[in-house]
Amino acid sequence: MNWITNIVRPKIRALVPGRQHDLPDNMWIKCPNCGAMLFHRDLEQNHKVCPHCNHHMRLEVDKRLDLIFDNASWRTIELPKVPSDPLKFRDQKKYTERLKDYRSKTGREDAIVVAYGEISGIEAVVAAFDFNFMGGSMGISVGEGIVAAARLAILQQSPLIIIPASGGARMQEGMLSLMQMPRTTIAVTQVKEAGLPFIVLLTDPTTGGVSASFAMLGDIHIAEPGTQIGFAGARVIQETIRETLPSGFQRAEYLKDHGMVDMVVARKDLPETLGRILSILRQPLEKAKVIRLPLGVAKPALRSIGGRKADSSDNAKDSRKRTIKRARKDDSGDEPI
Amino acid sequence: MTSYLDFEKPILDLESKIEELRHLSSDGSLNIADEVGKLQGKVDRLLRDTYSSLSAAQKVQVARHGERPHFSDYIAQLMDDFIPLAGDRNYAEDQALVGGLARFDGRSCVIMGHEKGHDTESRVAHNFGMARPEGYRKAQRLMNLADQFHLPVVSFVDTAGAYPGVDAEARGQAEAIARSIETCFRVKVPFISVIIGEGGSGGAIAIAGADRVLMLEHATYSVISPEGCASILWRSAAQAAEAAEALRLTAQDLLKLGVIDEIVAEPLGGAHRHPEETISVVGAAISRHLEILAREDGATLLSRRRKKFLDMGKKGI
Repeated sequence: MNWITNIVRPKIRALVPGRQHDLPDNMWIKCPNCGAMLFHRDLEQNHKVCPHCNHHMRLEVDKRLDLIFDNASWRTIELPKVPSDPLKFRDQKKYTERLKDYRSKTGREDAIVVAYGEISGIEAVVAAFDFNFMGGSMGISVGEGIVAAARLAILQQSPLIIIPASGGARMQEGMLSLMQMPRTTIAVTQVKEAGLPFIVLLTDPTTGGVSASFAMLGDIHIAEPGTQIGFAGARVIQETIRETLPSGFQRAEYLKDHGMVDMVVARKDLPETLGRILSILRQPLEKAKVIRLPLGVAKPALRSIGGRKADSSDNAKDSRKRTIKRARKDDSGDEPI
Repeated sequence: MTSYLDFEKPILDLESKIEELRHLSSDGSLNIADEVGKLQGKVDRLLRDTYSSLSAAQKVQVARHGERPHFSDYIAQLMDDFIPLAGDRNYAEDQALVGGLARFDGRSCVIMGHEKGHDTESRVAHNFGMARPEGYRKAQRLMNLADQFHLPVVSFVDTAGAYPGVDAEARGQAEAIARSIETCFRVKVPFISVIIGEGGSGGAIAIAGADRVLMLEHATYSVISPEGCASILWRSAAQAAEAAEALRLTAQDLLKLGVIDEIVAEPLGGAHRHPEETISVVGAAISRHLEILAREDGATLLSRRRKKFLDMGKKGI
C-alpha cells in the first residue's frame, strides 16, 4: 500500500492545506490479527473492530465515551491537581519531561478522564483510562481521578462505571503509585456501601496493580473480546516457569472460563448491555407490600418490563425508557393487583 | 556463620584477622587481648559507618539477606501461643502466607505474614514467600475472623511479590489481592503491619493496609523490584542500583513520603547479625502501638485508616 500512503495522501494534503490535522496518518490500517487492510473510515464506523475477524483494536477514550453515553453526549469534570513528580524520578529521561511529552501528545493532564451523562436514560459516572498516556499507568493523578469519580457517583447517587486500560502502576511514582491500589479500593468500597452499582468494563489491557485493585472488585465485570487481563505480565510468567503459556492465556474469554468475568461483550453491544444492567439494578421492582388477597385473580402478579427483545427498531432506547416509566407508574398505585 | 554481602568485604577482612589472632594465641604464648579489642572496635566503627550510610541498592541486599529473621522466627520468639490456621476454604493451603490465632503480650490476636523459609527444603515448601491466590484468600479469611471476634491483626510483610505463575493467574491472583486489600479496609479492629524484609509490590500491600505501618530500618518496600524497573526503563537489569535509588524504596524515604508511620531501628550491622535483638525491638514497637489502638473503637479506627490512605500522595520528597 506504499503508493497510497506515499503518493495519494501527500497529494490530498496538498489540495486542502488548512485541514492537514483532520487527515488520519494512514488511510489504510492493517488488522494486527488477520492482516486484512481496512479503510480507516470503515474501521472508525465499526468502532475499531475488524469486520473480517472481529478483532477489537484499542478505541480512543473520547470515541468510547461517545459510544457508551446516549446520543454521544457526556461532560467531563475537572480533576484535582496533584504533585506531578513527588519522587523527582529520573531514569534515562526525567519523569517531568516524559509527562510533558505525553501531555502534548494526548492533550490530557494524565491517563484518566472522568465523565458523566446518561446511559439508556440513567445518569452514570464513567472513569475511563487513556492507554495512550504512558500505557494508562496508574499514579497519583489517575488514583485521584478514580477517587473523584467515586465521590461524584455518591454525590449524584448514580452508578459508577470504570473502564481500565492500563499496564498497572506507574513506576515513576514509586510507592505512591502502589498506594493507589488501596486508595482506589477504598473509593469503590464507598460507592458500594452507598448502595450504588459499580461496574467494571475491562478493556485491553488490564494488568498489574490496576487489575489487583478496583478492577477486580466490580459488582459486575464486563470484558471486551480478546482483552488481556491478569496480574503478572506474560513475559514475567514465562521467565519464571520456563514453559510456553496456554493458548488464550489471560484473555477475556479465559477469565470468563475461570470465573473472573461475568460476560464478554462485543463493542457494538456495550451500550445496550450497560443500559440493560443499569436499568435492572437501578429500577428494581418495588418491595413486596402486604396486600389484601384479591377475591378474583384476574391478572398475573408480576408484569414483565417486556417487549425489549422483540423491539429492534431504531428508537429502541426511547421505547424502552417509556416502557420502564410506564411500568413504574403502574406499580406505584396502591390498589391491589 | 554469617554470610557477607559484597560491600561488607572490609568488615569480613577485619573479622578474619581477629579470628586468625585468636587462633594464633590459642597456645597461650601471645597476649592478644589488646590487639583484638582494638580490631573489634574498628569492626564496630566500620559496621556503624557502613550501615548508617547504606545505599538503596545495598539495602535491597540487606533486606533479602538469607539470615535475616523471618516470620517464623518472630512467631517463635514473640508469641506466647500460636495456633496456625490453614486453608482458604476454597481450593488449597498456601504455606507462602502463614497465619493463625496467637497470644502476644497477654493479648489475643490474629497474626499473619509471608514466610520465605530458611533452608532449601523449607524455602520450596513456602514457595520462597511468594503467595498464590489461596494465600491471599486465607489472609482475607483471617482478617474476617479477627473482625468477628474483635481481635487485633498484626501482619508481617516479607515477600519478593505475589507468585507469577499460570496456576496463580488461572485462579485469580489479581482478584485475590484486590479482595485482600478491600478486606484490610473493612475490618473494624486494630491493624498493625510490619515490613520486616522485602515489601514486594501488590503481594505486600495485600496485607499491609493497616492503622500503623512499621518498617525495619533496612527493609525495602517497592512498587516493582529494582531489577524489573531497570529492565523496563533502562532496558537493562544492570542498572538495578540506579533504579533502586530512583524508586525511593527505603524506610527513610517512605517515612518522608508518608507511606509508612514509623521506622524500627535495627541493631548494629543489621537484623541478620542480631536476629533476637531485632525481634524483641519489633515486638516492643507492636506492643506500644497495640496499646494505643486498643483504646479506640472499631468504627473510628476504620474511618481513620481509610482517611490515612486516601490522603497519601500529598507529600513529595
